[in-house]
Amino acid sequence: MTVYADNAATTPMSEAAVAAMLPYLTEISGNPSSLHSDGQRAKEALEAARADVAAALGAQPREILFTSGGSEADNTALRAAAVLGAEKGKRHLVSTAIEHHAVLHTLAALEKEGFEVTLVPVGESGIVDPAAVAAAIREDTALVSVMYANNEIGTLQPVAEIGAICREKGVLFHTDAVQAVGRCPIDVNAEHIDLLSASAHKFHGPKGVGFLYVRRGVKVTPLIAGGAQERGLRAGTENVGGIVATAVALKEALARREEDAARLTALRDRLIEGLAAIPHSALNGDPVRRLPGNVNFCFEGIEGESLLLLLDDRGIRASSGSACTSGSLDPSHVLLAIGRVHDVAHGSLRLSLGEDATGEEIDYLIANVREVVAYLRSISPVWRDLQSGQGRFLL
Amino acid sequence: MALYSDTVMDHFRNPRNVGVIEDADGVGEVGNAKCGDIMKIYLKIEDDVVADVKFETFGCGSAIASSSMATELIKGKPVAEAMALTNRAVAEALDGLPAHKLHCSVLAEEAIRSALEDYYRKHPEKAPEK
Repeated sequence: MTVYADNAATTPMSEAAVAAMLPYLTEISGNPSSLHSDGQRAKEALEAARADVAAALGAQPREILFTSGGSEADNTALRAAAVLGAEKGKRHLVSTAIEHHAVLHTLAALEKEGFEVTLVPVGESGIVDPAAVAAAIREDTALVSVMYANNEIGTLQPVAEIGAICREKGVLFHTDAVQAVGRCPIDVNAEHIDLLSASAHKFHGPKGVGFLYVRRGVKVTPLIAGGAQERGLRAGTENVGGIVATAVALKEALARREEDAARLTALRDRLIEGLAAIPHSALNGDPVRRLPGNVNFCFEGIEGESLLLLLDDRGIRASSGSACTSGSLDPSHVLLAIGRVHDVAHGSLRLSLGEDATGEEIDYLIANVREVVAYLRSISPVWRDLQSGQGRFLL
Repeated sequence: MALYSDTVMDHFRNPRNVGVIEDADGVGEVGNAKCGDIMKIYLKIEDDVVADVKFETFGCGSAIASSSMATELIKGKPVAEAMALTNRAVAEALDGLPAHKLHCSVLAEEAIRSALEDYYRKHPEKAPEK
């Protein structure tokens, strides 16, 4: 059996999205900036897609800026807010310790450019406290950026509450909603969101396409200079087919969202229950306030990469926050932020279910994770020490 | 290209010499859980030859494969030869390791050496002259 349980990394494109995309790679191949009829046909498709995407968030079409993906959207949002803040002498940025690196690394770059950054910590639940965000806001705060749902542990952040706080204090509010768009009901007005980043391949759209919602009146400084595409805010000929497919995928995801969420939540909880029965394991992040398909565990005494590779041999595609899989010396910053020490953070496993997951697949995941964890523990000197009482169990 | 060579995957999937030697003549453990790699080597020495060797490893695929290969390279070899094992020999025998995984082969070399030093501590008469 093959189980693709890495939907937080990327999702397969929906058939409808692929079908919608194809004509724009062949017969409708005009450049939307061209004045001739071929170009105008492409332009119409582009604008129709923009209207659909906007409607999905309760936004206006002119508030949607298409990008190459979530990372570009995050970079654009943070840079725009920094420029606007600096114009008013505001050089303080507030975010959280569990953001995606597209946000954290942009903040680090801005810090080198003279901005001050406050990263609000999160507790064991992996959910930021709105009161802590409010307390971090100062007179000179230019932006608050809090992700909608965490990419590793799936925890849902209190975006509407934080949005209300920011609105009241007159501070711009950005949310990296890459994991949430298509999976959560989002209304940019009700939630007081000024800037929102999204990525199409997380909701069965194509890779290489994303968008930034920019509330009307918020000025964006282009990252890419050149032509007048995207109202002069993002130069470069638009990825028309990809954008059309993005709109189709998003509409499709939202049409089946409630039904998917109910079914996935039940499967997720069954998976959590099954993995929690493995001794000395622990679920990472809040058990309830998390994405419907996200399961993230730490298993004591083993390392995540070897777990991933052996699961891959058994047809299970998963992900881990171990240092070996992150390509750095440290394990996941998210797991460290919720209080997991290095020793156990290396032994993490993320399973992110797709909407078509079945109960049979959940049983297969539980049985195989249980076996592989037991095997790796049987060859682990750490586990031997824990078993013989020479080490102390952390989980 | 795959992450690891076929040889690495073979030693990772079917590690040689996994286990414990209860009455080992030398035991060595290197690495720490904080960094995500720990290797433990057990040696049985007879007539200045590595008669048996076992290992336990907490770590990534290449850490397990490096441990397995290192034990294969010293098994049945004279102690002096085992002492001369280099990380390079381990990595080459595995048909190479990705650059950021070379430290796993270094750890394997250190684990073997640590176990041999333990043996020399217990059998000072066998230790090479300094």
